[in-house]
Amino acid sequence: MLEVRIHGRGGQGNVVAAYVFATAAFAEGWHAQAFPAFGAERRGAPVVAFVRLNNQPIRRRCQVAQPDFLIIQDEALLHVPGITDGLAADGGILLNSSRSADSISAELGRPVMTLPATRLALEHLGRPVPNTALLAGFLTLTELFPRTALTAALEQRFKGDVLKRNVELIEAAAGQVPAARWKERSDAARH
Amino acid sequence: MRHAIEGSQALAQAVALCRPQVVAAYPITPQTHIVENIAKLVADGKLDCELVSVESEFSAASVVLGAASAGSRTYTASASQGILLMSEVLYNIAGMRIPMVMTCANRAVSAPLSIWNDQQDSMAVRDAGWIQLYCADNQEAVDTHIQAYRISERTELPVMVCVDGFTLTHTLEPIDLPSSEEVDQFLPPFKFSRALDPRNPTSMGTLVSPDYYPEARHSHHQALLNAEADIIAADNDWAALTGRSSGGLLTVDGPDDARIGILTLGAIHGTLAEARDESSDLPSTRLIKLRAFRPLPAAALRAACTGLDDVIVLERAFSPGAGGILSAELQAALASMDSPPRVHSYAVGLGGRDVPMDLYARLLKTIDGATPGPFTIFDVNLENLPAAER
Repeated sequence: MLEVRIHGRGGQGNVVAAYVFATAAFAEGWHAQAFPAFGAERRGAPVVAFVRLNNQPIRRRCQVAQPDFLIIQDEALLHVPGITDGLAADGGILLNSSRSADSISAELGRPVMTLPATRLALEHLGRPVPNTALLAGFLTLTELFPRTALTAALEQRFKGDVLKRNVELIEAAAGQVPAARWKERSDAARH
Repeated sequence: MRHAIEGSQALAQAVALCRPQVVAAYPITPQTHIVENIAKLVADGKLDCELVSVESEFSAASVVLGAASAGSRTYTASASQGILLMSEVLYNIAGMRIPMVMTCANRAVSAPLSIWNDQQDSMAVRDAGWIQLYCADNQEAVDTHIQAYRISERTELPVMVCVDGFTLTHTLEPIDLPSSEEVDQFLPPFKFSRALDPRNPTSMGTLVSPDYYPEARHSHHQALLNAEADIIAADNDWAALTGRSSGGLLTVDGPDDARIGILTLGAIHGTLAEARDESSDLPSTRLIKLRAFRPLPAAALRAACTGLDDVIVLERAFSPGAGGILSAELQAALASMDSPPRVHSYAVGLGGRDVPMDLYARLLKTIDGATPGPFTIFDVNLENLPAAER
């Protein structure tokens, strides 16, 4: 089973990111589950969402305590105590940041991949919503399934110009991270 | 066809497939997405239905009571304080034997304020005279709502479908949504034999003297006991049509020679089942997933517990000062057995406390052949309390 924990703030599309990712994975033949763990219901409050993918039906409904990967939508959250709790020793962190992966990895003491998701979202969508760019980056790193599945999942939510700009955003974000860097790790988790 | 879809959205579509004529609801977390999505189906012209915006849950229940009394198929949904505010009307709906379906998106009850999941809300109205069915996953929740209309309209008893808030309502997972042809085949249009009609005026819920009140109560109790057959029949017929059973009154999963059973209501089942299947080093257990809590299927529970030495009851609500509700009822049901199993009563997951995979092993560690201790909240951190309150 592959388990992902997505950290963000209310209003950043955390839950939508989890839903879109699970929807795309399901269309690609995975068993998928996505759900939020809300805190206070307000914009800006830290929010966590979870995604599980497996090759058989997923029955457990507990929170993801030992994720294979973290996606962090707000750089400031990296410094919230407990944010990396349970993350597998060889697991990966994808962080929304304009800073270099090297400097943040050195600060945190473990490898982090970075993607300037807010900047890309502002360029392509005109809104600071980092979720789509991060999903595109995550898919590029893991190669779990083709990015076209992500586009198809977005087609269920967006139409016309908004959809077109999201598709452009996916391609732009994909070019920002090394392809297949986490493929071995994600392939191991899927069994 | 299977879709990856959020539980609430699937429930809205399932309710719409049942062609309700009147829906009235007041939004409350975690029920909100269900009624929002129904409202959207109405606004988009995909559901022809009178949607009544009301100012409180008391009014929501009152509107559907009136509409159903006049012969409409109706729907409402609520949770937590909303269920409590409805409670007077819920007793009236059941006492007048009005068919309808509502969803309880199970949530803890204040105070302290919690938006998260347990089952204190539906347990608080367990004596209202409604049928109560609990769902273990979103597929069961979809199928149970459709079955609930048939059960309700055949028994003339209202049905509350209990769906764990967030754990199911806000979880996206693969769900098979039936076609409208399948639902139409299963669920004929509602014809209420006692529908209010000005050409044939009748009164409902009027003053009853002591000469008749106990008889009315007996009739209601008997109707609920008799509903067991309708619950089983609806599930069997649905399984014949779609290939999917929702578990009738209860389901038993595990080896016949297991000596330990675990009894659950609702969505906690899946985590335990997966933990059990991953724990081949632990004693085998029989998982008893109770779907019908009202009527309480006493005979089916006795059969499910036959051969067990111990039954662990996982309570998602309790009665302060007394203890576990389900376990007390189970003990009463098992009392007539020659050698009933020992009943262990633990509350877990109160107010949304996570129910992790390792709960299964920790539960089994408490079974040592000794007489069970008193009801306890299993996952309580006593060190967080002042010494005098531990």
